[in-house]
Amino acid sequence: MKLLIIEDEPEMLENMAQTLKREHYIVESASDYTSALEKIAVYDYDCILLDITLPDGNGLELLKELKSKGKDEGVIIVSAKDSLDDRLEGLNLGADDYLPKPFHMAELHARVKAVLRRRHFDGNSYIHIGNVSIQPENRYVTINDHEVVLNRKEYDILMYLITNKTRLVTKSALAEHVWGDHIDQSDSFDFIYSQIKNLRKKLEQATINIEAVYGVGYKLETV
Amino acid sequence: MKLLNYTSKYLAILLVPLITVWAVIFYYAMLDEIYDSLDDGLENQKVLLLQKLPTNPEILQHNDLDLWNHAITPISKQQYEKFEDRNSDTLMYMLNEQDFEPVRIYETKLAYNDHYYKVKFITSMVEEDDLIQDLVVYLIVLYVSLMIAIVILNNLMLKKIWKPFHNLMWQLRDFRIEKNDQITTMPTNIEEFRLLNASITTLIDQSRARYLEQQHFIENASHELQTPLAISINKLELFLENSNLPEDNVKTMASVLDNLGRLTRLNKSLLLLSKIENRQFVDEERIDFNQLTAEVIGDFQDLAAHKNIDLQLESVSKLTFRMNKDLAVILLNNLIKNSIVHGQQNNTVTVKIQTKTISISNFGSAKPLDSDIIFSRFKKLSSDNKSTGLGLAIAKAISEKYGIELTYSYSEQHIFKLTFS
Repeated sequence: MKLLIIEDEPEMLENMAQTLKREHYIVESASDYTSALEKIAVYDYDCILLDITLPDGNGLELLKELKSKGKDEGVIIVSAKDSLDDRLEGLNLGADDYLPKPFHMAELHARVKAVLRRRHFDGNSYIHIGNVSIQPENRYVTINDHEVVLNRKEYDILMYLITNKTRLVTKSALAEHVWGDHIDQSDSFDFIYSQIKNLRKKLEQATINIEAVYGVGYKLETV
Repeated sequence: MKLLNYTSKYLAILLVPLITVWAVIFYYAMLDEIYDSLDDGLENQKVLLLQKLPTNPEILQHNDLDLWNHAITPISKQQYEKFEDRNSDTLMYMLNEQDFEPVRIYETKLAYNDHYYKVKFITSMVEEDDLIQDLVVYLIVLYVSLMIAIVILNNLMLKKIWKPFHNLMWQLRDFRIEKNDQITTMPTNIEEFRLLNASITTLIDQSRARYLEQQHFIENASHELQTPLAISINKLELFLENSNLPEDNVKTMASVLDNLGRLTRLNKSLLLLSKIENRQFVDEERIDFNQLTAEVIGDFQDLAAHKNIDLQLESVSKLTFRMNKDLAVILLNNLIKNSIVHGQQNNTVTVKIQTKTISISNFGSAKPLDSDIIFSRFKKLSSDNKSTGLGLAIAKAISEKYGIELTYSYSEQHIFKLTFS
């Protein structure tokens, strides 16, 4: 899988490149409009992470350029300007997703994977991890071919942890992903524990394990 | 008191001494004129008497004042020579009025065929008390009619003259700098009003420019903060993934991350607040609040359960309202979250939807909160250091944008109430 990150902030670019490389993607980068334009003209990518505010142009123009060339790369707009207009315009122009800064690395993985999955398997893919297999399109989960019924939150937690497997996912990242942004002001994220507890119970037969890491977050490990 | 009545009041006060002084002067001037003409009349009677005397010598026998209006008394020559004409006032019993009334007396002398006489002429005088009474009555009538005329004139003229001013006042009364409505001044020929119009227009333009500048400053500052925040958070997250870190390092990192998270939330809230105030949420749709509230409550069930709070929804009747959907969600979120976070453990938080109102009530500290400051920014009423202090300010900003009334009251429970108009 080949990704292109278009981002003018060098440190931001480095962070994103580093974390995505750990997932074994081939990562290329461009830090301004001109070089980004060259790259998308010459190469094909599976997914492009696109910053809207570039020093020499607007990322949305790049998106238009891309679509006018008939390229069907998945595009995730990454923007510090969390504005409704940009979001709507971006999605109308054919972007797959919109990720406002700042975001958690775990969230970036989840978004990238979701886009890649939608693009490449047309929803007919199964995710296999240990003896667990998941059909994301139907939210259908089996352990050793036996169906396990998960509620919405349990499923979202499981998918998020699988997407970020063997990485530490902080409680706040998990809460924001599963319960939504608005949960953010609550006094602590400890309330997610009861859902984790239920999920663990349902995964007793599975060869995957949700480990708590020093009360900071969770990590999914295969046994 | 209105300016109009204010000037009328001063005129009314000023007119009282003016009219009084005038009345006194007028009274004496008139009285003087009356005496003068009465005395002339009496002298004329004497001339008439002298003319009639040669043909009617019996006149000299007239000595009854009541009967003849003159009385003739013989006097000696010495008395005659010493006598000087004089006018005086006295009282006489009047039969018709059955009272003593003032009369004017003219005493003079006459000589006829070497006989000497003193002659008294009388004429009925103006009754001073009646005159004063009449004068007072007429003056009051004059005063009242003057006042009525002044008030009516004032009302008509001043109203017309002050129209540009009042028009401006009405607009200023409803003026809110955060709303983008303009002040339209009326054209006028009066220099002071022209100056006022010009000054107000300039003042408002300048204030609005400053206000927008400030608003955009907050918005831009928040935007600029996003990238460094993102870089710091992501670097720490990458660092945390090193699996061989000792526990205390991980905990320290997590704590730094938590605080960066708080900073992010604070920043987002500020951005949201300035976006609401900058009217950036334009799309509106009819929101089914019964359904939306149920969804929001569903999202908060885990948080409520964690605090052992029973989160209840009572939908008494249907409630729909036209507004931006995102803002409706944020409004409900903030109020319900606030009630759960500050709610008492092992107790209930109730959301009740009625025809025009949604009320969210929770048990908590036994004393009411200061309703003047709870909706202000950064007014934290609890020691809860994770709250941004902006949640209720945002709720207030949203409700104000749509003319929804958001109030706080306390009666055993803390109640936040939204009243939809």
